Amino acid sequence: MDLTLTINGRKHQLRDLAEDIPLLWVLRDNLNLVGTKYGCGGGYCGACTVHLDGQAVRSCVLPAKAATGKKITTIEGLANGSEWHPLQQAWMDLDVPQCGYCQAGQIMNAAALLEQNPAPSPEEIDAAMNGNLCRCGCYLRIRNAIEQAATTMAVQTFDPNQATEELA
Amino acid sequence: MRNVSRRAFCKLAGVTGGGLVLGFHLPANALGKAARLSGEYEFNAYIQIRPDNTIVLAAQNPEVGQGVKTSMPMIVAEELDADWQTVEVIQSAIDAQRYGRQFAGGSRSIPTRWDALREAGARARQVLLEAAAEKWGVASGECTTRDSHVLHAASGRSLSYGALAQAASQRPLPKTVSLKPRSEYCLLGTRVSGVDNPAIVSGKPLFGVDQVVAGMQYAVYHKCPAIGGTVKSANLDVIRQLPGVSAAFVMDARGDREDLQAGIAIVANSTWAAFSARKQLQVDWDESSAASDSWRAAKQRAAELAQITGQQVIDKGDTTGALNAATHRIDAYYSYPYVAHAPMEPQNCTAHVHNGRCELWAPTQMPQVAIKKVANLLDIDESRVTLHQLRMGGGFGRRLMSDFVCEAAAISERVGTPVKLQWSREDDMAHDFYRVGGFHALSAGLDKAGKLLAWRDHYITFSPDGETTTRGGNQHTKLFPHSKAKNTNLQLSLIQSAIPTGWWRAPISCAVAFANQCFIHELAVAARRDHGEFLLELLAAEDHHSDLVSFEQSRAVGVVKEVLHRANWQHGLAADHFQGLAFYYSHAGYFAHVAEVSVTDNKGLRVHKVTVVGDVGPIVNLSGAENQVEGSVIDGFSTAMGLSLSIENGRVQERNYHQYPLLRMRHAPEVDVHFIQSDNPPTGLGEPALPPTAPAIANAIFAATGERLRSMPFTEAGYSLA
Repeated sequence: MDLTLTINGRKHQLRDLAEDIPLLWVLRDNLNLVGTKYGCGGGYCGACTVHLDGQAVRSCVLPAKAATGKKITTIEGLANGSEWHPLQQAWMDLDVPQCGYCQAGQIMNAAALLEQNPAPSPEEIDAAMNGNLCRCGCYLRIRNAIEQAATTMAVQTFDPNQATEELA
Repeated sequence: MRNVSRRAFCKLAGVTGGGLVLGFHLPANALGKAARLSGEYEFNAYIQIRPDNTIVLAAQNPEVGQGVKTSMPMIVAEELDADWQTVEVIQSAIDAQRYGRQFAGGSRSIPTRWDALREAGARARQVLLEAAAEKWGVASGECTTRDSHVLHAASGRSLSYGALAQAASQRPLPKTVSLKPRSEYCLLGTRVSGVDNPAIVSGKPLFGVDQVVAGMQYAVYHKCPAIGGTVKSANLDVIRQLPGVSAAFVMDARGDREDLQAGIAIVANSTWAAFSARKQLQVDWDESSAASDSWRAAKQRAAELAQITGQQVIDKGDTTGALNAATHRIDAYYSYPYVAHAPMEPQNCTAHVHNGRCELWAPTQMPQVAIKKVANLLDIDESRVTLHQLRMGGGFGRRLMSDFVCEAAAISERVGTPVKLQWSREDDMAHDFYRVGGFHALSAGLDKAGKLLAWRDHYITFSPDGETTTRGGNQHTKLFPHSKAKNTNLQLSLIQSAIPTGWWRAPISCAVAFANQCFIHELAVAARRDHGEFLLELLAAEDHHSDLVSFEQSRAVGVVKEVLHRANWQHGLAADHFQGLAFYYSHAGYFAHVAEVSVTDNKGLRVHKVTVVGDVGPIVNLSGAENQVEGSVIDGFSTAMGLSLSIENGRVQERNYHQYPLLRMRHAPEVDVHFIQSDNPPTGLGEPALPPTAPAIANAIFAATGERLRSMPFTEAGYSLA
């Protein structure tokens, strides 16, 4: 089958794909966007997490054809040009990774969470991140990094006029 | 300051690419002699200084998540007085001639390289300093170095290393160099973010699976689910007609289990085409020489063996007599299952065999062994095999084996093009070199005062041939408290098994610590003594058998005392919170943990916090060190709580993560890490913080419930994560 996919703001024409190919393998093998990782092939580990219209999805079990007409964002497209996403910055600041293999999926899952819930509680973070395995056990740092990024993003979206009204 | 002789030191290279290239060939320190995985004692470090004052440092050992790609160059940078902000770290070539032993295993990177890396940095610093002094016409003793610059305070002049590199490269090498005392460290001991973090968080290609080579095809390799089975026949004609498939063929086993096992290769134009074709594969296996093991049967056999006397390994004094005469005699039977490594990145390797040469792109913990094995397999000289080291998505000991590298090479040899071999998660679970299961029939005798009179451990493990213990299953004889009892008796029994086993994070210790440290708690309970007090007394007790001592008593006592203090042992706990303690020494590291848990009426377990105190000497990268400890505790808890393999008919039944419940974020305990930075040479941290975790938690569960867990995983006793 032929498909047109919109990935990180760019349209990609893809030809002669298998009908059932998951999005993961189109990203990795056809487009060389290898930041999205293969971990389990069954949606159990979250290493392959990408955004489909802003929602975190497991690309290893998502047929590529189901992503047509939607906005796909991968880890390669998360930063705003040369400016890191606050989650990426927090991940580096807190030295989150050990092996690093799951981290793109963790960050993408966390980015979708913060889009929907800009100030999650630790329990809400745990619940949202439950589908992302980290075999190295960097969970404590991942949680802290999400909290740090949420704080950074809250400051970035701070509206002084509104704050003045509230203070008054 | 310590002087370093010029022995075995030579300059290997001059100026290349406009920069100073210094190679160092140095003797490694004496610790190298004790290295379990190390056989040679020389290595090279590699420093390049560019004219723009960028310092390029080569990390020599493979990065598997243990942090050495950051910590090893930090050691060089400290002595070099390099500005870390302008340091660029590269993964070095795999080259035994230039770099000596390169591997990631046994927590050996830091202890085996510590002296030599410091000396490498110090020697480079010295020639740079001398070059500046000559340029300025001042005595080198008047010059100092800081942040990749040489300074002359008296005249206020300074020159960058980049500006001095050319002149420095012409200078004779110093006969002696001085190493900094710890008090002068600026970089070591601080928290440094991993050098690959920017690439990791932005999804840049780094790992084995990310490798792309021009003309590359994609392969899968299908092996018999009963380990060791061979192919009788398969519908290969059908497979070859499937979309994208270019080849499908049977390969016979070559070499041993770690080389090439029999199987069917499918080569295609994409990973998905290869995966999809594999689903259509129909194979008639010959299982006549395959494993037929059953974990259920092995457990039964072990229970029978525990009732009779095993092979005598150590027999000091009169253990039977002392056990009979003891005021308190305690007997207990501990067991633990086979477990898988299950790293997040399934095994993979890219290989290109052509014109009698082989090029490999491999995520391996043992690159030099992989080169040897592939050379053997292809019957070519080792010099004709090149291996590009790639970052690994976890290993935990799995990637010490080279089977996946051999498979990739064999497939490429057959098809002639570069091939990327990709294992599925199911392959990874079914064809691991597992952490071996085991059993301990333990007995101990205490006198009236609670002093240890006798200790007996009848260890039951597995054997591939009925005579030798399986890999990762050998018996530790120098184990605390063997030396502390006048009457010590160690026995061994073997169960024959064809299940391949390997080194799993903190091999042996990762499992034995559970039996050993829980049993010591049982003794304290029997003697009606506080566990902390009992353990400290036992650690400080007289050694009756110096040949059974493995560690320095004072360091062991130090970490136990400190953890009791840091965890506020048995004080100020919430009414439903309970603590458990464990100590273990492994991989030259001393660790004591206190776990704080609560348990609901229906056995819902919550581990709230684990306080850890470790002594591995001075800390190189504090952030990396804390990360290793946090991860080790979570790994130890994860494994003790819920992981086991139910092997039936030679097949591992667990196929993917949904059947192998690694711990997830919501159940991760707080980990409070403290280091006693003693003046001993630093040792590694990939492993030694793991072993005390399971017993500390099990001991806390006993405190909470009165139920003694003597078998892992805890879920089998009805516990669940709360």
